[in-house]
Amino acid sequence: MPTGRDLPCVELVDLVTDYLDDTLDPEQRARFEEHLAACPGCVRYVEQIRATVSMLSRMPTKDLSEPARQRLLDAFRERRGRDGPATP
Amino acid sequence: MNVPGGLAGEQQRRGAQGDAPPADPPPGRDTDAALLDRLRSGQEEAFAELVDRWSPSLLRVAVLQTRSHALAEEAVQDTWLAVLQGIDGFEGRASLRTWVFRILLYTSRAKAERERRVPSFTDAAGRTAPSGAGHLTAEEACLGTDHPHWPGHWSQPPRSWAQVPDDAALGSELQRHINDAIAALPPRQRAVLTLRDVEGFSADEVCSALDLEPGNQRVLLHRARASVRVALASYLAEER
Repeated sequence: MPTGRDLPCVELVDLVTDYLDDTLDPEQRARFEEHLAACPGCVRYVEQIRATVSMLSRMPTKDLSEPARQRLLDAFRERRGRDGPATP
Repeated sequence: MNVPGGLAGEQQRRGAQGDAPPADPPPGRDTDAALLDRLRSGQEEAFAELVDRWSPSLLRVAVLQTRSHALAEEAVQDTWLAVLQGIDGFEGRASLRTWVFRILLYTSRAKAERERRVPSFTDAAGRTAPSGAGHLTAEEACLGTDHPHWPGHWSQPPRSWAQVPDDAALGSELQRHINDAIAALPPRQRAVLTLRDVEGFSADEVCSALDLEPGNQRVLLHRARASVRVALASYLAEER
């Protein structure tokens, strides 16, 4: 049975971003973790948000094509260059 | 409970993979002021270093905003050209990095809208964002706050996901789902999520790059993550 202190799941969900950013005040954080200790659904929710962020952080970068890169260096040389011809 | 309280671990993992430069220059690299001096005095090597260091991330951001590698590459080139144009007048109120990424975001959004590559939030026909395929948002899956016994508690808790190890490269199908999920976001949520979670910008840097109040940045990030989670649940949730 929920006590007066208990954080409803729908409110915990609202605080997940702050929790993961470590910006909850100590009392809020205590309530948050107390709720997690008793609520597997919320544990799973928080873990899925954390996993989502982890996956986002692993999206691969792409390399600029060599022609595009060269065009940019040419543009720099034309507009601003003082050093003379670029070294290859 | 073993739920980490912060995302510092993500930054470390990101650095260990070596696929993108870290958000802050490592020790020994130019400060903004030194770099600006070198650029303004016409040192091509300084510009080449910057282009090489930041273009992979710029491209990653641009692809997520435009859904087209060709458009993304155009956006990145246009961005660097704009940087060349604006470098003399750059006052340094923002960091060089947030300034460059801000130009990139505006450039890629303009390109995407002109080419209509990205469905706007309202004409994503058939997609009732954010939920779909039977996966619920938290609001949908929780009991009402007027429930007599369990107000606001889960009626349908999240289903467990197949394991996606934290140190593994993402498979191409998962990448595609992530791309789709990000594309379905409203533009400002997409921009905030991309800079924060894909690129590792701090909250302050994102506010600076996108002209956002901190509270607004937080709300946009919160909603974006919740939407992407629901979208990925369709792909990752284990069959019962």
